[in-house]
Amino acid sequence: MDAMADESLVVRESLGARVRQYCRRNPTIVIGALLLLMMLIIALLASYLTPDPMKLNPIKRLRVPGEGMLFGTDMYGRDVFARTLHGSRISLLVGLSAAAVSTFFGLTIGLLAGYNRLFDTIVMRFMDGIMAIPSILLAIALVSLTGASVGIVIVAISIPEIPRVVRLVRSVVLTIREQPYVEAAISVGARLPTILLRHILPNTLAPLIVQATYVCASAMITEAILSFLGAGTPPDIPSWGNVISEGRQYFQRAPWIIFFPGVFLTITVLAVNILGDGLRDGLDPRIARQMR
Amino acid sequence: MVIEWLAGKVIACGVSMVESIVGQSEQSRSPVLEIQDLAKHFPVRGGFLSRVSANVYAVDGVSFSIQAGETLGLVGESGCGKSTVGKTVLRLLDPTAGRVILNGEDITKVPRESLREQRRQMQIVFQDPYSSLNPRMPSGKIVGEPLENYGLKSGKAKDEAVVALFERVGLRAEQAAKYPHEFSGGQRQRLGIARALALNPDLIVADEPVSALDVSVQAQVINLLMDLQRELNLAYLFISHDLAVVEHISHRIAVMYLGKIVELTDKRSLFEAPQHPYTEALLSAVPVPDPTQKRDRIILRGDVPSPMNPPPGCTFHTRCPYVEDICRVEVPPLQEVRPSHYAACHLREAISS
Repeated sequence: MDAMADESLVVRESLGARVRQYCRRNPTIVIGALLLLMMLIIALLASYLTPDPMKLNPIKRLRVPGEGMLFGTDMYGRDVFARTLHGSRISLLVGLSAAAVSTFFGLTIGLLAGYNRLFDTIVMRFMDGIMAIPSILLAIALVSLTGASVGIVIVAISIPEIPRVVRLVRSVVLTIREQPYVEAAISVGARLPTILLRHILPNTLAPLIVQATYVCASAMITEAILSFLGAGTPPDIPSWGNVISEGRQYFQRAPWIIFFPGVFLTITVLAVNILGDGLRDGLDPRIARQMR
Repeated sequence: MVIEWLAGKVIACGVSMVESIVGQSEQSRSPVLEIQDLAKHFPVRGGFLSRVSANVYAVDGVSFSIQAGETLGLVGESGCGKSTVGKTVLRLLDPTAGRVILNGEDITKVPRESLREQRRQMQIVFQDPYSSLNPRMPSGKIVGEPLENYGLKSGKAKDEAVVALFERVGLRAEQAAKYPHEFSGGQRQRLGIARALALNPDLIVADEPVSALDVSVQAQVINLLMDLQRELNLAYLFISHDLAVVEHISHRIAVMYLGKIVELTDKRSLFEAPQHPYTEALLSAVPVPDPTQKRDRIILRGDVPSPMNPPPGCTFHTRCPYVEDICRVEVPPLQEVRPSHYAACHLREAISS
């Protein structure tokens, strides 16, 4: 009988219990999210926790970590602890912005490409073209054309990521548009925007969120690479790439200058990747069902 | 006589059912749906520059009509083109050839974008109650969406309409907040029916609506469909491979084989005196729940030929036990072999000739 699935038979747990249960099932999400949250707090509170990262102090050059200077000082006597903590701002800003920008454009283009065959043919060839250009070279070219600024770095990193997001969204749309519920929407008179936004978009979100975390992680690494090469964030802003780049010359005498920003970069990227892996498992209904 | 007259006046739709069974109304009233020589060929692309290398003749010259309050059952093996007929009627697929006439209006040439007005008059209930409901929409929204799309009702009026639809299909109003995965298969199919009813259509294409349900729930859904037909004078195109289900719900039945209708008649004549050898074989395959009854089963040899390369002449000649020379050469027309009983077979003589 249909009435068998009565609510009285379904035991509803409290919200807290369900959150606890979800965390126990997906420990990677919790670990990744906590690490990332820690980095966010560090980035927000950097000015309060540390002295001025730009303050030169020629007397205290190349000090070993300890003695009131947790991470030591660099060749100009600047506090590496302050510079590392401030560097998290740039990395997180670039990572999150690049993820947001490439997701937004990738989603829009991918939705349309997946639904309109003519648009698809034209745009996907263009996307193939972008994908053929090495992303670092494209970024260097863009930065050298327009001059270094954080905004340009974000754009330069986002553009090569867009085709990847487009491809992902397009492939999901191509499978979803064949679903009977999309046909049903057509037959009950839904217009194209309704079909795209209400029936297709919500079902692409899970893989998209996962992809966004990977974009975020790789954007942070690319930003560090660009800064290291001198083609990224302007050198007067302490980003991890800049700090490492400047410390490179003193690598043998003062390895702590590049060690600490390197560790922070690794932890942050790792946190984002762990979160992405956890979300991939947690949001995939097939895997979720197996775990039950 | 007086009693008959009264009954006819009181249950108007009952009359239409009786009439269509007898087959008198076909000339007298215009049908809700009429399709003429409908064909749908799917191109098979492959090779250099994805040229069309072959065609799948999914539907190849199908004609029938359905009156208000009537159910036409469309039966056949999987892959014979039944569902393609349904989707082409609804213009979810564009026909290759032929005409679809809905309430007297030829909708074959109407461009897809301006088809919304016509879509209100015809709705579909899908086979799979799981994939035909958007998993991320609450059921009340799913059922109310058609009303919203046409701007028919909004706000409170829409909520009331949704509640009425839920109750009409045997669901409770408070279930409207639930998501599809919180319903059972039968309840989901009821949601699909409620959605189809929302626009108050004249025709519902039911594409194997009970095949995915277990047998006890099948009966509930079939009975719901029949009740709704009686109340609302709906026309059904009921697609199924289950002869028992089709026998229960249909007034007339069309048997399809390899994209063509091979036999079309009212339910009773089809089951009592099938005229096409394929129908005979189909009926003999229906299990009879009586172990003492001895039956001569007609076992068909071989497989259904590929619709990409249908055999010449009668498409059934490769498996027909009575095959003759003419069958291999000439395509048999669908002709009236008994009063209002149509069959496409060379071995039957048309009554008019």
